[in-house]
Amino acid sequence: MVLKQRIILVILLIAMILTAIISLGLGAFNIPTKEVFIALADKIGLSPDATTDEMYADVLFAIRMPRVILGMLVGAALGISGAAIQGIFRNPLSEPGLIGISAGASLFAVLIIAFETLLFVGLSELLGYYLLAFGAFVGAGLTAFVVYQISKKDGRPNITTMLLAGIAINALAGALTGLMTYMATEQQLRTITFWMLGSLGGATWENLSAILPFILLPLVSLPFFGKALNAFSLGEEQAALLGINTDYTKRWVVLFSTLAVGASVAVSGIIGFIGLLVPHTVRLLGGVDYKYVLVGSMLLGAMILTLADVLSRTLVAPIELPIGVITALLGTPVFLYILIKENK
Amino acid sequence: MLRIEQLSYEIKGHRVLKDVSLQVRKGEVVALLGANGAGKSSLMRLISGELKPTSGSITLHEKRIEKYDNKTLARSRAMLSQQHAISMAYTVKEIVVMGRYPHFQSSPSANDWKIVQETMEICGVADFADRVYLSLSGGEQQRVQLARVLSQLWDNPDALLLLDEPISALDLHYQQKVLSIAKSLSRHGFMVIVILHDINMASLYADRIIMLKNGRKFLDGTPNEVLDSKNIYTIFSVESSISVDNHSLKPHILFKEMHAEPQLFNSSLQPSPNRAQTDDK
Repeated sequence: MVLKQRIILVILLIAMILTAIISLGLGAFNIPTKEVFIALADKIGLSPDATTDEMYADVLFAIRMPRVILGMLVGAALGISGAAIQGIFRNPLSEPGLIGISAGASLFAVLIIAFETLLFVGLSELLGYYLLAFGAFVGAGLTAFVVYQISKKDGRPNITTMLLAGIAINALAGALTGLMTYMATEQQLRTITFWMLGSLGGATWENLSAILPFILLPLVSLPFFGKALNAFSLGEEQAALLGINTDYTKRWVVLFSTLAVGASVAVSGIIGFIGLLVPHTVRLLGGVDYKYVLVGSMLLGAMILTLADVLSRTLVAPIELPIGVITALLGTPVFLYILIKENK
Repeated sequence: MLRIEQLSYEIKGHRVLKDVSLQVRKGEVVALLGANGAGKSSLMRLISGELKPTSGSITLHEKRIEKYDNKTLARSRAMLSQQHAISMAYTVKEIVVMGRYPHFQSSPSANDWKIVQETMEICGVADFADRVYLSLSGGEQQRVQLARVLSQLWDNPDALLLLDEPISALDLHYQQKVLSIAKSLSRHGFMVIVILHDINMASLYADRIIMLKNGRKFLDGTPNEVLDSKNIYTIFSVESSISVDNHSLKPHILFKEMHAEPQLFNSSLQPSPNRAQTDDK
């Protein structure tokens, strides 16, 4: 990593923290940034003499803070797993959705919404809100497992087959999701739609702590694959010639990305384009070295999703826009821009 | 020393290599010659450990190649392959430093950077170290890859250097330069195996020439021993005459023109008008 890249990472880190603090105050109910700082300082015991409005503190700690933290975690997870998957597939246009992880997660979530009252009564009572999240997570993991198994050739995962299997699984999951949507009742349809478009609205300290380990583990582990992913961009054979254990790299990068994306989809629904838009922007800023791109995508992902969430709850407040709509509106032009640029 | 015994390789029932045995000693440059599909590249990929042989053994410094761990093997041998498809905008320096990956954990040491600088200079790519690899010409890209491969082994004279058509995209100057680098390294102990299509280059730079034909070792000897018109015709179906260069005392091959009548292989062509007129007379 060169000095310029280190500087960019520090700037991104500072920008991410500032964005988070400022966004704590923004929403249907605005809290002045000064009050946010006072409340935060008060909480960690830094300014015992300054006091803040009870209501500000309540909104801040019970509603805003879990939401902003969730947004940062999900954004970081989607950003870094997008970069990692692009590294494994050696393709700047791939993202975790490509190998069917998101489609599998959404299929299972929709299945649970559609059949909750029929089949999952016992489970529903036991798990409550978590049933949906749990289903999405299982869906993501199961899809990744199936795609991975299909792609194995002589015991080693073959990247091209993995991509093609992902496309097939995407189509299948898409069709089944469509069928469920078609058969759903009015009420179910609203739930399905809201969930498919993504939202951080369900953030609570409880579900935050439930997904924390599943997101933190990939966030901490994936940056260590920077060197291996750089070597991968020379081609898998070249990476092996450079002493990289390519099977190990593929297995763990796909597993960690599935964990991160599965956990994200489980709590916030489908939020598209972060995995694509963020790594690309990070590369435009400071170069393609994965040691920098992985960490940069984590920081910028957290920042962009926090910003997108601010837009989603302030643009037409007090109504909330689905965050997936906002990221897709921002992401599509970028995707097309990359396509056109690559073509030239 | 590299020792290959009774090596065979099969892919989907097709035998690509059959019972190939050969040895390469420290300090030797061995050129691998043969027609397209003779099994040269497969042999290289087997030696590098990338492919697993169907039968036979490959031993590098008295240790079977499959017994090496990834890192040690990567420090003991490097291979320049024919194809390089890079999709991201890496700079030249970023690519060359990847050659040092087997040598450092998280960031390159001062010594790693020194080696990267030296290999970039000798391959003539130091001037555009910060340019994006994808913006370079084919020959420049090939030299960047060579610099990467050289930096992988630069400080290990016991190492094995495998070069699969290293000069195919290079101009005359760099063709000579690359082979002279390989040869000078060999004089310090490196073992070099190089696949070449230019027989005169092989004659000039190789200590030994191994010719493959249909997956078998056909000839193995010094350029003076193996390069004669008969052998060249057997391998390539090309006629030639051989002279010995007064200066180097190495054989020099002059090829005879090969004639082809278009209407023999393209049924939509008529005999050429000029030819027809001459025939009339």
